[in-house]
Amino acid sequence: MFAYYLDLALRSLKRNKALTALMVLAIALGIGASMTTLTVLHVLSGDPLPGRSGEIYYPQVDPQDIRGMYPSKEPPKQLTLIDGMNLLHAKRADRQALMTGGDVPIQPQQSALDPFYVEARYTTADFFPMFGTPFLYGHGWNAADDEAKARDVVISRKLNQKLYGGANSVGRTLRMAGTTFQIVGVLDRWQPNPHFYDLNTGSYAYGEQVFLPLQTMMDLHLDRNGSTDCWGNGGGGTGTILPSATCVWLQFWVQLDNPLKAAAYKQFLVHYSEDQKALGRYQRAPNVRLRNVMQWLDHNGVVPDDVRLQTWLAFGFLVVCLVNTVGLMLAKFLRRASELGVRRALGASRQALFAQLLVESGVIGLVGGLGGMLLAMFGLWLVRQRSSDYAALAHLDPSMLLTTFLLALCATLLAGLLPAWRACQITPALQLKTL
Amino acid sequence: MDILPILSTLRRHKLTAWLLILEIALTCAIVCNAVFLIGQRLQRMDMPSGVAEHELLQIQVADVVKNGNPYARVQEDLAVLRQVPGVQSVAFSNQVPFGASSSNGNVLLDPNQPQRTLNATTYFGENLVPTMGTRLVAGRDLRPDDFVDVDTALKGLRNGDSKSLPHVTLITRTLAERLWPGQNPLGRLIYLTPTVGLRVVGVLASLVRPNAYDAATAQYTMVIPLRMGADKGMSYVIRTLPQDRARVLAASLAALKKADPQRVVTTQRTFDEVRRRFFRDDRAMAGMLVGVIAALLIVTALGIVGLASFWVAQRRRTIGVRRALGATRANILHYFQTENFVLATLGIALGMVLAYGINLFLMTHYELPRLPAVYFPVGAVALWLIGQLAVLGPALRAAAVPPVVATRSV
Repeated sequence: MFAYYLDLALRSLKRNKALTALMVLAIALGIGASMTTLTVLHVLSGDPLPGRSGEIYYPQVDPQDIRGMYPSKEPPKQLTLIDGMNLLHAKRADRQALMTGGDVPIQPQQSALDPFYVEARYTTADFFPMFGTPFLYGHGWNAADDEAKARDVVISRKLNQKLYGGANSVGRTLRMAGTTFQIVGVLDRWQPNPHFYDLNTGSYAYGEQVFLPLQTMMDLHLDRNGSTDCWGNGGGGTGTILPSATCVWLQFWVQLDNPLKAAAYKQFLVHYSEDQKALGRYQRAPNVRLRNVMQWLDHNGVVPDDVRLQTWLAFGFLVVCLVNTVGLMLAKFLRRASELGVRRALGASRQALFAQLLVESGVIGLVGGLGGMLLAMFGLWLVRQRSSDYAALAHLDPSMLLTTFLLALCATLLAGLLPAWRACQITPALQLKTL
Repeated sequence: MDILPILSTLRRHKLTAWLLILEIALTCAIVCNAVFLIGQRLQRMDMPSGVAEHELLQIQVADVVKNGNPYARVQEDLAVLRQVPGVQSVAFSNQVPFGASSSNGNVLLDPNQPQRTLNATTYFGENLVPTMGTRLVAGRDLRPDDFVDVDTALKGLRNGDSKSLPHVTLITRTLAERLWPGQNPLGRLIYLTPTVGLRVVGVLASLVRPNAYDAATAQYTMVIPLRMGADKGMSYVIRTLPQDRARVLAASLAALKKADPQRVVTTQRTFDEVRRRFFRDDRAMAGMLVGVIAALLIVTALGIVGLASFWVAQRRRTIGVRRALGATRANILHYFQTENFVLATLGIALGMVLAYGINLFLMTHYELPRLPAVYFPVGAVALWLIGQLAVLGPALRAAAVPPVVATRSV
């Protein structure tokens, strides 16, 4: 039966080529636009650490003075050096890492290469196991290296390619900012999007090329990037001077394997704040937060508003395209009232007619979906030509491809329902009379 | 033109007519809001900077190894740059207008007030006002003896030694008007921390923040007499003639490289590029909105063409009968044009309500202002025009139906 309906549908669509083309075009445009924006939204609001993000938390405490305090005010988004070191050394979580970002100059031994700057992450030993970074060669450093201010460095696959042609460089030395470092590990491709662990550097398509111990960075006075917020008489620090004690500039992440541990850790943060207040360091009542990765991204509104707005716009456009298609299909089906009347008179049931008309709209949906997919690919190509940070990430993945087809098919079937139902209401006798 | 027969015909095609009205309404609502959004973006991209943008260049350099006195280093570099032919003026600044990366401070009017008055950006560096070409409207510019080294100031801040801190500041006219409405700002004090009081000695016509994300606070700017040492985050700002920019930029880079071949140039661009980069997302958004408007109008127009063609084909006999009974071609043409006008008007009326609703939604979710009434006619006129254009073809075809059709197949 289906084959017969399909044949009928194709015949009917062929009979009125311009109209068919118009309907397919409208569906394709609507699907193309909405899939382009939906894919961008999907990519940008993705989970940067699939499978792990629920166990990784970002603790916040409030060391600010009493000025500007009001109830329910959020604590600062980063930590002071003192709090960071205290929480790191407390070791109350399964894993913990303190960090900040910066740029360091690489001085290649090969004379063919000029010195160049790369993005750096200054962090502590647990960074690698906690975030599950894949290693191509070697491994990270350990907590003892942190305390010893070891001149150890982990480099990215990209930098390893550039400096050593992709060979195993573990054990070799690397000159950075006038100091000799030893390479202990080479990371495989790893660039979480969004760059959740430090959103100050830009949220997307940002990847450090060297990782070295935080204490080493402070020892060598390496350049630091990112945001610094101070209060009281705090000064942000420049060049070789670190920010003062009343400034927040460090990010701190912990791994807590189950919700029970997370609750206990939050309690620990409250106790810590109370102790600091008793010591006279804190002035405010304990004001702590403990968000996991996705909650932290959500809290920071990482996905640009423009991207959401574009998605709304595109879906508005899709609705217009669908209304347009419904109207055209309705006109088309009603025009064929006499043909439908004959079929009814010859014994076809209402359900059979309904099925036949839905097959026809389904065909339009399939072809429109195919066109929409091509248009979405073109749309994503257009997005990639933009200069936004996230532009390069806009690619169609298999799950979005499937969504495109389902969306197109559902949308057109939905659009076909009303016209098909209306056309089935025709009384055969009335139609036959006018023949 | 008699409207009653049109209405009675439409009543017989209720569903189709309503679908067309709905399509026009949705299109009208989205177009109204999209045009409004484009206007917002264009206005933002036009934000004044207060500096001679077409005459300025920005260069950032970084040392691979820090050595020597960073303050002396800057003075040497400035001397080198002044020697470059075509350079009119040079400054060393911690930040540049629309540069995104910024230094900001909390402004207090009374050192003991519990909440800050506002957040303002702080420019540091000698010779900034003449180099950037911003205009002084009252008071005086910063003098060499006002300046303090940043390291000295930070140490002073830590020790509570107010002698080693800067004492004066320049502010923009907008900031002055916000802090002391209608009063003379010269001689008044601004506190950045409870112990650092800066006396206002000059007022600038305009100087935009590097992080001008909100038009309301874009001009909350102070210039503080702090001298910085060479550092990766700082910028050399060079003023030259617009036509000399490319040549002067290349010559300046060469001169800096010659002075020290070991260092790395991290930024080199004209201020036109600075502005273009800062507003790139707004430009992309405006482009996308134009695309959406065009696509919407095209789809709606094609939909009208399709439906009108159907109706014309369906009513061929009726048209023939009317023609045979004495209706002129113009009558038939006007009939379809009026029909479309009626449908478009209904759609537009519904669209206005929808446009208002969409705007309310955007206001609550995306901090957009209320849609001004002037945008409503824009959508209306666009839809009326599109409707009339789209229906013209089918209507002409209808008018061409000969009266003899009436006699066939009866």
